[in-house]
Amino acid sequence: MPTNNPLSPETRAIIRAQMTRRGVLAGAGGLGVAGLLAACGTKSASTGAKGASVTDISATDKIARWANWTLYLDYDSKSKTYPTLEAFKKSSGINVTYAEDVDDNNTFYGKVAGQLKLGKDIGYDIVTLTDWMAGRWIRLGYTQTLDAAAIPNKKNILTVLENVSFDPGRNNSLTWQTGFAGFGWNKSLLPKGVHTLDDLFAPANKGRIEVLSEMRDTMGIIMQYQGVDISKTFTEAQFMNAIDFLQKKISDGFIRQVKGNSYKEDLISGDAIAVIGWSGDLFQLATENKGKFEFAIPESGGTLWSDNLMIPSTSPHKANAEAVINNYYDPKVAAQVAAYVNYVCPVQGAQAEMEKIDPTLANSPYIFPDAAALAKVKVFASLTPAEETKYQTAFQKATGN
Amino acid sequence: MAFVAAVAKRSGNVRGIKRPSTPYLLLIPGIAWLFMFFIYPLINLASTSTQTPAASGEVGAYVQTFRFANYIDAFSGARDQFLRSIVYALIATLLALAISYPLAYAIAFKSGKWKNLLLVLVVAPFFTSFLLRTVAWKQILGNEGPVVAVLKFLHILGPQSGLTASAFAVVTGMTYNFLPFMTLPLYASLERIDPRTLEASSDLYANGITTFRKVTFPLSLPGVVAGTLLTFIPAAGDYINATLLGNPRTKMIGNVIEARFFDIVDYPTAAALSFMLMAAILIMVMVYVRRAGTEELV
Repeated sequence: MPTNNPLSPETRAIIRAQMTRRGVLAGAGGLGVAGLLAACGTKSASTGAKGASVTDISATDKIARWANWTLYLDYDSKSKTYPTLEAFKKSSGINVTYAEDVDDNNTFYGKVAGQLKLGKDIGYDIVTLTDWMAGRWIRLGYTQTLDAAAIPNKKNILTVLENVSFDPGRNNSLTWQTGFAGFGWNKSLLPKGVHTLDDLFAPANKGRIEVLSEMRDTMGIIMQYQGVDISKTFTEAQFMNAIDFLQKKISDGFIRQVKGNSYKEDLISGDAIAVIGWSGDLFQLATENKGKFEFAIPESGGTLWSDNLMIPSTSPHKANAEAVINNYYDPKVAAQVAAYVNYVCPVQGAQAEMEKIDPTLANSPYIFPDAAALAKVKVFASLTPAEETKYQTAFQKATGN
Repeated sequence: MAFVAAVAKRSGNVRGIKRPSTPYLLLIPGIAWLFMFFIYPLINLASTSTQTPAASGEVGAYVQTFRFANYIDAFSGARDQFLRSIVYALIATLLALAISYPLAYAIAFKSGKWKNLLLVLVVAPFFTSFLLRTVAWKQILGNEGPVVAVLKFLHILGPQSGLTASAFAVVTGMTYNFLPFMTLPLYASLERIDPRTLEASSDLYANGITTFRKVTFPLSLPGVVAGTLLTFIPAAGDYINATLLGNPRTKMIGNVIEARFFDIVDYPTAAALSFMLMAAILIMVMVYVRRAGTEELV
């Protein structure tokens, strides 16, 4: 953990995210937006870059550029390098540029969508995006088909992740990490813990609760509390019911803020005492703060999400990117990554490798969940583009936007 | 007349055709810049603002249908945030003026040899990122911070209440962040006041208050107008303070535009809102400058 930094990595992440957003929106005066809209072009009717062909120059240009989220790859704070990546660079001769450039699915999409549409290189050969956003890229033809022969380790993927609705047969994506959304809380202030949504919205917690800005996680937990199976098609009324619940909690002042990873800082500072958050984050927080924080999957059910590695349609380094992906599906390498990031490892055989690194982690239900944990979580059903827009609008309105 | 025309013609022929067009040629880079980074994006923004979702229904796909009702829909959806932005920006501007005027006055008239140092101190926060400064306020006003501790000790704040994630924190953050924009123009216009006018005022038996009311303040008016504009305009469009220091009930118009653009991928509404914000600010500024009666800004 790079903890000797004056600023926590999360702070740096939001600062960087906000700065780029600030640059993009230029104080929302309109010009910045205009610039971006200009980049998108006026002919917005045509979507998809299907058929766009890029010549693979991997053999001559031995590089691969990877965009990932913060704190998502094993990092050695002493040498300031990523050990597994360094090892790969040495063995393969491919120079991998790793950038923590993804801080939000929507923001990242907003940044590169214009170039993808025009078929211009977005500057990345591997992107790491969450299921629903990965689904959008694949649907729009913004990804390249993975060559199974170039990724022999693909066979190591966990059975539950082998076939997903947004990418049947995993032809365009492979899981990077998986995790749960559930409740996180400050153990010293809430010794009884948070196990149901009623525990979370207990009157004593009023104004010190935070929920995720990731619609599917927050709404998924509320809907399951209301008895809706989020993994199957649900009705608009069911979704709006949950929106009403969220809206009420916001207007009554229960919810302090709706945000991404930065809820971690508020838990540390004490501004927030209970949250809807992500398992890996809370596991890291608990380790760094000597067990002051804890995570639990809600009794009524949590959500299971994955981030997926994909090769953008504009990448001229497909073979190099495939070599990188193959490397991280080696159980040995995957275990090294899992020991650092603490999210659910999608690679079979990594648990056995983890035994050698750290036996306690090998038994962690956060990293290698057992059947009981998996039974309590569901994947949010895919939405049609129309539903996506409608629900996202309702969610943004409920959260004050 | 014929002679003049002949000379003009001759000089045009003899001295070369280039001469009359030189100024225009020199203007090309400027105009190109203006066109590329201002006019074209503005046209694009206007064009986007009247689009409607494409038949494919794909996220982010829009076609031009010249639907001007987009503006009505966008406004009715974000009326609260619009109003809030203007109110917050107004309060922050007035607070900044109340803090900056004495400060600028002291620097201009009373600081002596400390003048340069004080000016540097006013500008110094600019050397750190806008964001870091705002995050710092989160800590200053935070539940574990000094302000809350003092207020709790004085029983002004209850044991359960805090200051962050509130409208108070948002306005405080905006006031602080835009303070130098107010102080510097004020200082510039105060510093330029001829001390002899003040002496003349006291020679005419005006006391300090009258001198300020009749001489100093009217002479500093250009600074007041410039400072309030430079504070109000960015404050009304700001969304960083509302994001970091506010809560879901203190969202401003900038937050709505951001959410529309990135989260909902609703480019037309985001564009329409941006346009309306721009228009609203422009109208308010025009009325204000008219009322203030100053032609020159500093």
